[in-house]
Amino acid sequence: MTAAYEPWDETRGAEIIAEHARQEGATLVILHALQEAFGYVPEAAIPMVAQALNLSRAEVHGVFTFYHDFRHKPAGRHVLKLCRAEACQAAGGDALAARAEAKLGVSLGSTTADDRVTLEPIYCLGLCATAPSAMLDGRLIGRLDETRIDALVAEAQR
Amino acid sequence: MNMRLYVSRDAGAVAVGADEVALALEQAAAKRGVAVEIVRTGSRGLYWLEPLIEVATPQGRIAFGPVTEADVPSLLDALASNTPHLLRLGATDEIPWLKRQTRLTFARCGVIDPRSLDDYRAHGGYKGLERALSLGSDAILAEVTASGLRGRGGAGFPTGIKWKTVAQTKADRKFIVCNADEGDSGTFADRMIMEGDPFLVIEGMTTAGITVGATKGYIYIRSEYPHAVEAMNAAIMAARRGGYLGDKIGGSTYSFDLEVRVGAGAYVCGEETSLLESLEGRRGLVRAKPPLPAHHGLFGKPTVINNVLSFAAIPFILAEGAKAYADFGMGRSRGTMPIQLAGNIRHGGLFETAFGVTLGELVDDIGGGTFTGRPVRAVQVGGPLGAYFPRALFDTPFDYEAFTARDGLIGHGGIVVFDDSVDMRRQARFAMEFCAIESCGKCTPCRIGSTRGVETIEKIMRGERVSENLALVEDLCNTMKFGSLCALGGFTPYPVLSALKHFREDFVPAPTTLQAAE
Repeated sequence: MTAAYEPWDETRGAEIIAEHARQEGATLVILHALQEAFGYVPEAAIPMVAQALNLSRAEVHGVFTFYHDFRHKPAGRHVLKLCRAEACQAAGGDALAARAEAKLGVSLGSTTADDRVTLEPIYCLGLCATAPSAMLDGRLIGRLDETRIDALVAEAQR
Repeated sequence: MNMRLYVSRDAGAVAVGADEVALALEQAAAKRGVAVEIVRTGSRGLYWLEPLIEVATPQGRIAFGPVTEADVPSLLDALASNTPHLLRLGATDEIPWLKRQTRLTFARCGVIDPRSLDDYRAHGGYKGLERALSLGSDAILAEVTASGLRGRGGAGFPTGIKWKTVAQTKADRKFIVCNADEGDSGTFADRMIMEGDPFLVIEGMTTAGITVGATKGYIYIRSEYPHAVEAMNAAIMAARRGGYLGDKIGGSTYSFDLEVRVGAGAYVCGEETSLLESLEGRRGLVRAKPPLPAHHGLFGKPTVINNVLSFAAIPFILAEGAKAYADFGMGRSRGTMPIQLAGNIRHGGLFETAFGVTLGELVDDIGGGTFTGRPVRAVQVGGPLGAYFPRALFDTPFDYEAFTARDGLIGHGGIVVFDDSVDMRRQARFAMEFCAIESCGKCTPCRIGSTRGVETIEKIMRGERVSENLALVEDLCNTMKFGSLCALGGFTPYPVLSALKHFREDFVPAPTTLQAAE
């Protein structure tokens, strides 16, 4: 199941911002809420957040770019995250990541040309005792092997 | 009569099919006309046996695992006819791996329904807070100090002293912050306890609140842990409904409330001052200390910031008394440590035990060696910033000071096992690369040093001027160690230098030995 996102809409964006703006230290909360609604944080939303929180555009842009989670454009229809941290490395994760890259024809951190799959590294899902692990559109998968990674890639490509 | 089954809803169990098994059990039971009640618990932490199914019997719970969907019909047959089953593990409490643990913090994890406040209370929950409310601030501080509890996030700072500092600092507002940004690879204890016993964390934080005079707390959970976020939010709502959060908690004069905030994929935000910046809505840039967060923390106010496991240890200490906790452990490391066995390991999972168990016992005996069946060559203890230890150091006891004495650290208690196929040059390079990716950029040794470190180790890997470049890496590590603002740049040298020291043969090309003619 891929999440259904709304297309960017300024009024809707302003609503989301207003909903959270009164919390203390709201910047991350708002950026998360925007991304949850639209699938990314549209450029046009940055000055709106700045205005609502009485910050400069540079400050909000700085926060937006500091964190790995926030996207400046929509991801592919499916997002496949492969854990690349030490516990998964120890359990054979390097070879599986290379296999997924080869099958999809993209390297970690990029999206296939048909916009179907975004392949990303993630540094630890906390599934270190059932490594190697992955997350496909929010669904967790542990004890990956060649068969399972192939099935995941095929599922993501559908 | 209803048959009661327990299936874990822990992310680690779900990742290997627990949801599918629970659904299959429900459907198969319905088809047979058998009434079953499936309770979704946390995980017992025996991950090689997940999905683990437990069945309630008059003699206690009986465990089966690892169960797949295909096993469900035969499992129900065996249960109906009371006949043996291949996956039957016997009484859960008698499973040796579980029985030899000392579960003080994780006593309820995997046992109770983490969504149920009643279940928590029925299993001794909120006894610690009740006693704390009757004791008052000074007596609580005395208990926490006497327990010898040290920060479980890795730094090992005495919790009692931290709390006392905040209690004695005057301010119009104070905060309690729970660091649930468990980013270290090989660690999952915070995730497990938040998913499996979230009221425990709430109880610990509430106790901190009444002790230091704070009325608001934040739990900062990393975004990679959606299940933990959901579990904590559900528990906070239930605690509010039950009168354990909000105004006049537990019928007392104290008020305390909690809010979950979600991180955004920055490892450095596990550093406490970076986390506070992030909570305030800024880039997660590390702050210089002093001032300490205890004096000048969240929004400039006095703040207790502790790891999940530190807060989670508090209810036991208050309920059973400081001595009951301090009686476990060795030296200055008192109580128990939830140790996490991970990576290439046969019996991976959560093993809570008193400090003092040796690394070798943990890896070979308890962990059962590697799942690939190959010899254990290296273990990394304490996450990406922890040292790699060879077998020669397996006699090291699990204790803050003992690991420091051997140029290592226990950190958050994660142990990642590697077999003999590991290339330690790659691991050293990765340590530098990870630091370069995750550096907040505020201080030069970390920001620039990590990138130069990657480049220099790559030169060594290509065989370029190996001995000069090895000396350069060691020199660079010293600069990072002593010149960085926080543990990210300051501790990245641990994995690098330990790889160089204990696994030198991976870095230096084998000398071409001339065979003497005989």
